[in-house]
Amino acid sequence: MRIGLIGQPNCGKSTLFNQVAGYKAETGNFSGTTVTYTESAVRLMGGVVNVVDLPGTYSLAGTNPAEREVIKYLTSNEIDVVVNVLDASNLQHGLLMTIELLELNIPMVIALNMMDEADRAGIHIDVQELETLIGLPVIPMIASKGRGIQPLFIAAFQVGQKRQLPNQPKYSHQIEDALDVLAGSLSDVESNLNPRALAIKLIEGDSIVFDEISDEAPGIKANLETIKQSLVHQFGESADWIVSDARTQLANQISAVVIKQGKRKITLRDKLDDVLLHPFWGYIALVAIMFIFFQAVYSVGEMIEAPLMEIFENLEVWIEAQFSNPEAFFSQVLIGLSQGISGGIAIVLPYLVPFLIGLGLLEDVGYLSRVAFMMDALMHKLGLHGKSIVPFILGFGCNVPAIMATRILEDKRERYISAALSTLVPCAARLAVVFGLVAFYLGPGLALAIYLFDLFVIALTARLLNKFLPDDSPGLILEMPVYRVPTVQAVFNKAWWRIREFIVEAWPLLIIGSVTLAILNFLNVSSYLNTLVRPISWALGLPGQVGVPLIFGVLRKELSLVMLGQALGSMNFPLVLSSVQMITYAVFVVFYVPCLATMLVIRKEMGMKAMWSIVGLTTLIATLAGLLARILASIFY
Amino acid sequence: MKLLDAPKNIPLNIINYTGGRGVDSKLRQLGLCPGRVVKILRYAPLGGPVMIEVGGRSVAIGRGIAAKIKVEKI
Repeated sequence: MRIGLIGQPNCGKSTLFNQVAGYKAETGNFSGTTVTYTESAVRLMGGVVNVVDLPGTYSLAGTNPAEREVIKYLTSNEIDVVVNVLDASNLQHGLLMTIELLELNIPMVIALNMMDEADRAGIHIDVQELETLIGLPVIPMIASKGRGIQPLFIAAFQVGQKRQLPNQPKYSHQIEDALDVLAGSLSDVESNLNPRALAIKLIEGDSIVFDEISDEAPGIKANLETIKQSLVHQFGESADWIVSDARTQLANQISAVVIKQGKRKITLRDKLDDVLLHPFWGYIALVAIMFIFFQAVYSVGEMIEAPLMEIFENLEVWIEAQFSNPEAFFSQVLIGLSQGISGGIAIVLPYLVPFLIGLGLLEDVGYLSRVAFMMDALMHKLGLHGKSIVPFILGFGCNVPAIMATRILEDKRERYISAALSTLVPCAARLAVVFGLVAFYLGPGLALAIYLFDLFVIALTARLLNKFLPDDSPGLILEMPVYRVPTVQAVFNKAWWRIREFIVEAWPLLIIGSVTLAILNFLNVSSYLNTLVRPISWALGLPGQVGVPLIFGVLRKELSLVMLGQALGSMNFPLVLSSVQMITYAVFVVFYVPCLATMLVIRKEMGMKAMWSIVGLTTLIATLAGLLARILASIFY
Repeated sequence: MKLLDAPKNIPLNIINYTGGRGVDSKLRQLGLCPGRVVKILRYAPLGGPVMIEVGGRSVAIGRGIAAKIKVEKI
């Protein structure tokens, strides 16, 4: 049996899912879309059922891809029973979607979650009355504390087994008459939706549903127009909203009967926004919180990276010692293998794990939405919305989590721009290059100048990208969730699923890439590699030998410094490079092609096309920025 | 009057809005439909969004949209 969890955002649906899901839960995409769901096997009453966590949506209007996929999935017979999770402290609003779900005519039960929140808000709900009014089992629960979960799934199991269908919500007789007429003419149409639900969608002006069925029901267009006109005449309102208003009325009627509003208890967290969203203290808090977050991720990462890297470096020395000729083929391949493995375990994962846990915490506490609120105006100047500040900040640690963080953005265009811009943020590895080359030999002030230059280039790129991908979104509409203490399970599960994606999908490719480069190196193709990069190195006034370190730098950015010494024959860079060349090289390394791990994550998140276009874009930016740096540096040196 | 110009912390009645089908349906999903009572809680600095309370929950909406929502004092 398969049980689907559905509910509005912030209703605690995912908390519920995480309470029952194991570490083996799988995330998947609805075919052909970026809309994701999570599924897990759960033991129940001596058997095993599958529980699916569907994306949170406010309604089933089908105005965005997530809603459309949810409707399709719910009506596809893949789900045996639906658990509609409602936030008890916001019942009236949640019921709107419950009523929409009833229209789909599929077996379902109601999980009345967050009973503790309702209590705090002074809301008392008559559960039995609610059950009678909507004709479905209603199970009160507190998912974050694990209360009511067992009774909920037992009820769902029973309803699913009997395939017990709910009663249809009854609207005013004018609407019901219209639905009857329309549904009558749709009874032969093949669709997942039942005729009545189809009729509702048509009256609501759902053009996709209309296109799907208009071939099968040729006369439907004229029929629909007549019915709509008569409804508009009777209600004096656009037909699009007539059913929606009827649902609202019904939800209000039910709420009025079952809810008793008592006195609201004012708690500390009600006051929290006064500080965190304050025009002055709010920004201080934002900077402090982001600083702590970044520091925590960075220091945990560093703490793990350093000893792990040492182990791998020793391993590589040991491998070379095993062969009489350290340049032997197998020695090189093994070292390439070791570098690929260490790239994942010692460089990416130490930052990715603490980062994902931290991001999950900020998200589940409810702070990310506040960040969006505070940063919206500023990010608008870059053609983005408030939330996209998060990937930028994280990019300074490692670009891989930064790309993953673009998931918090809904809009595809915004995700792409944020991802492209975050790859321009110098990560810790590039910091090593800037410090090792520029700060060490030419002074820290110049390293800072490169950082400022980087911010300037990011802002400029953002403006340009906006010219080509104009912002057509009308503006922010975002719910501010109540502050909550997140559950450990939810935060860890979420982090683990994403880490697993990196391990399974990106890491193996990183290892293959690493070994391939080692083989190329063995075959002594360095002169070809140098020729390949020559147009750029020539334009930037760099020696031809930088080709190899730059290409290996794609694998891991710090290699572009380590291998530079090898390529030029000296680690004492001022002997082999002029000051202008050092600055130009560092600037180019900061911007050019994101590292392989980042590229793979971009491909995973946004597709091949996005990956290559970002590679092309960053190469172009790096060349232009390098040229500019060369010119500027020539003036001073 | 426009929601954007309305005073803070005073109950307001939504008269209507026209932001195009996408915006309208998103506003409705968050409980902002004609006839509902809302209250402006705060403004984000630097011309950022407006935070309003509707039916016990807080919703942030961009100023461009807030300018298209007509309200009246109760």
